[in-house]
Amino acid sequence: MSDHHHKETFITKYVFSTDHKMISKQYLVTGIFMGIIGVFMSMLFRLQIAWPEHSFSIIEAFLGHHQDGGVMSPDIYLAIVTIHGTIMVFFVLTAGLSGTFSNLLIPLQIGARDMASGFLNMVSYWLFFLSSVIMVISLFVEAGPASAGWTIYPPLSALPQAIPGSGMGMTLWLVSMAIFIASSLLGALNYIVTVLNLRTVGMKMTRLPLTIWAFFVTAIIGVVSFPVLLSAALLLIFDRSFGTSFYLSDIFIQGEVLHYQGGSPVLFEHLFWFLGHPEVYIVLLPALGITSEIISTNSRKPIFGYRAMIGSIIAIAFLSTIVWGHHMFVSGMNPFLGSVFTFTTLLIAIPSAVKAFNYITTLWKGNLQMNPAMLFSIGLVSTFISGGLTGLVLGDSALDINVHDTYFVVAHFHLVMGVSAIYGMFAGVYHWFPKMFGRMMNKTLGYWHFWITAVAAYGVFFPMHFIGLAGLPRRYYSNTAFPLFDDVADINIVITLFALLGGLAQIIFLANFFISIYKGKKSEQNPWKSNTLEWTTPVEHVHGNWPGELPTVHRWAYDYSKPGHDDDFVSQITPLKEGEEES
Amino acid sequence: MTALLYVLLAIVVAVAIWQIASIFNLKGVIATEKDNNTQGILFALFGIFFYGLMIFSFWKYSVILLPESASAEGEKYDTLYLITMLLILVVQAITQFLLFYFAFKYRGVKGRKALFYADSHKLETIWTVVPAIVLAGLVLYGLTVWNDVMDSSDAENPLIIEVYAKQFQWEARYAGNDNELGLANVRNIKGINTMGVDMTDKNALDDIPTRELHLPKGRKVIFKFRSQDVLHSAFMPHFRAQMNCVPGMVTEFAFTPSMTTDEMRVNEKTVAKVEGINKIRAEKGEDPYVFDYLLLCNKICGASHYNMQMKIIVEEEDQFNTWLASQKTMAQVVQ
Repeated sequence: MSDHHHKETFITKYVFSTDHKMISKQYLVTGIFMGIIGVFMSMLFRLQIAWPEHSFSIIEAFLGHHQDGGVMSPDIYLAIVTIHGTIMVFFVLTAGLSGTFSNLLIPLQIGARDMASGFLNMVSYWLFFLSSVIMVISLFVEAGPASAGWTIYPPLSALPQAIPGSGMGMTLWLVSMAIFIASSLLGALNYIVTVLNLRTVGMKMTRLPLTIWAFFVTAIIGVVSFPVLLSAALLLIFDRSFGTSFYLSDIFIQGEVLHYQGGSPVLFEHLFWFLGHPEVYIVLLPALGITSEIISTNSRKPIFGYRAMIGSIIAIAFLSTIVWGHHMFVSGMNPFLGSVFTFTTLLIAIPSAVKAFNYITTLWKGNLQMNPAMLFSIGLVSTFISGGLTGLVLGDSALDINVHDTYFVVAHFHLVMGVSAIYGMFAGVYHWFPKMFGRMMNKTLGYWHFWITAVAAYGVFFPMHFIGLAGLPRRYYSNTAFPLFDDVADINIVITLFALLGGLAQIIFLANFFISIYKGKKSEQNPWKSNTLEWTTPVEHVHGNWPGELPTVHRWAYDYSKPGHDDDFVSQITPLKEGEEES
Repeated sequence: MTALLYVLLAIVVAVAIWQIASIFNLKGVIATEKDNNTQGILFALFGIFFYGLMIFSFWKYSVILLPESASAEGEKYDTLYLITMLLILVVQAITQFLLFYFAFKYRGVKGRKALFYADSHKLETIWTVVPAIVLAGLVLYGLTVWNDVMDSSDAENPLIIEVYAKQFQWEARYAGNDNELGLANVRNIKGINTMGVDMTDKNALDDIPTRELHLPKGRKVIFKFRSQDVLHSAFMPHFRAQMNCVPGMVTEFAFTPSMTTDEMRVNEKTVAKVEGINKIRAEKGEDPYVFDYLLLCNKICGASHYNMQMKIIVEEEDQFNTWLASQKTMAQVVQ
């Protein structure tokens, strides 16, 4: 790279940086900031669910005119639920997770000096930043932010008469998401091009670490599905602002008939879930990739079934684009279509099962190094299984009928994509923190962070299945209107207490993270004794990653405890010994 | 229970603060053999917590679950549900055990070398093929039930009812003597004609609008759903029935009620559940609750989404006919 000795100012180094390592940190910090908002919101609405009608000074303090004497209004309850979902799914687990680790690891683990286009990468981050700012601004709109659920189904999201949040709040939501999608596409295209073109000598596709495979495939699904959400959002903007009828028809609201004719909300549902379901895997696959790497390194064992793992990533990615209809079994679409989607959906269980079994087998007869990243990775496998299995109920059209949109769904997806992906993100932060900041995070705080979070997460989401099976719909401001649900009140209190516990436990992480940036112990070059290329770069960041020549790769990333070697790890840059077979 | 959790919460916050204070001693960064040992044991304990939580939840919370299905179609649902759940629990119990056990058993020891075991076609074939076979069975079974539930074309003399949704209220319209619903569109909404029934359509005149849903036991009911404003979802959990109400189109769902409201009230599981509810209500000084079937809204629809309900009464066919005959027809209502 020609600009090795290019003079850097504060602005080019920390603000408008084109260095993938800096951009990755920018993504992470922005993601953490959004995460704080998202988690805090969940704590607020859990207070409402557990103690409806009870006055809380914290609610009085935060919700301004949206509350009355410390009790939130139903409108703002729905708004907080909506924004919690939006922020966690898109801003934390898509941009925060994928943006951080794809940016950090793709060039470092494939042996490249930077992303294919550093400039586009920078633009991608700043678009994400802009969309975050707009989303946060939308919280302060007079009538409240978007409140039609994170799925923003019209007509609710299209008509301010139906819910106040569908006025300016929804407009800002749509603008923010449109910018977010642009950011996401620029990022994804960059990842794809970089992985395909900039791998160093010897880095065959079949030698790539599973992290890179996961990021690569994730980027492909993003490119395939995000544009569809963009078009869905554009058509919604047309319906809202220019009087078209893509999604609306025959509407009578507040005493008057609206002019809309011939549109269908079901069309929106199709377009939304064409992104929405792949989105689940956009969130989850990077976390699984990170877990593969960390479990293998810390088990001091090769990941079991490397090729099967790649195969299942690809299979999951392919299937993820043809299963969206399982969110719509009771939408009124043709029941035959439901049958098809049941079939494709349950097919996904096969590659998912392969992945779970392979993780467990990787642990078998390992020599497990219990670093915080490893704890979170094992935790991920556990929640991935717990949450994935209930997918067999929800993915089966017949069974979905009675649990659709109940708390059973909430429990399912929080475990399988929410908690799992967050665990993956934490694991990644603990593991690659030394690579990002040249310092280490504290392990004791990491242990406390993990165990409290793990207990809290199951404490929240395990009992929640039962509330759903009792027939309680999600997104209810309060259950007091139904004596039938009086007996879930106690469980809701338990869940809320665990949620508060889990939320507060994140303070430990935040303290560890921010203090370690400045005061953490200086990192060695390869603290986890890992094989991958990023640990062959100097601790102090240099533009271009490697000071001299790019490394040459001679083997796959998983030669841990290989017989015939003294150490229990063999870096990818170590040539094969004479007579040694490549694994 | 609640107090205990409060105490736990306080302890955690205290520990957190203490730990944060000690962070300036940041030497501990990489797991030592001692850490491996402690954390491995903690995984074993966590496994016990995990199974404990599962068993506790099933023991404690089973009483709040829905009683057996009150529709003939729902019985098939319940069987499929039971089989799927058993399968899930077996797989869950085995895989989670292996995970936590391995985390405990193979916790790192200095100097021990892990087994270099990268691949086994045999194992991988097993755990691809076995799930594939099990899932194939599940899919086939599931689809049979799905087709049974969703296909109501062979029903003999079904009762046809329109269920009409709006913010934040349900209405219903029975098809009347001709058992055919008259045309309707929101553009016809006027005054007392709240569902926009087209009164120029002769099928509409004998339609019967109601605010309560009465269903006859043993006769198939075909529901036609409409909505006048936003999406709603008609959810009748006791009958294992749900369908969205979509503005601009008519959606459909059908089931055959198999238990009257009175029968359900004396059902063993319902009695236990209602007892539990009434104990809680008594503590709060509220009136005792008597069981009724309900139609709830299950698609976010606005501020009062959480209170959009309609009572359902299932009765013997002759009682039902008497009730229906006592209701006014559209022609009577509008004139």
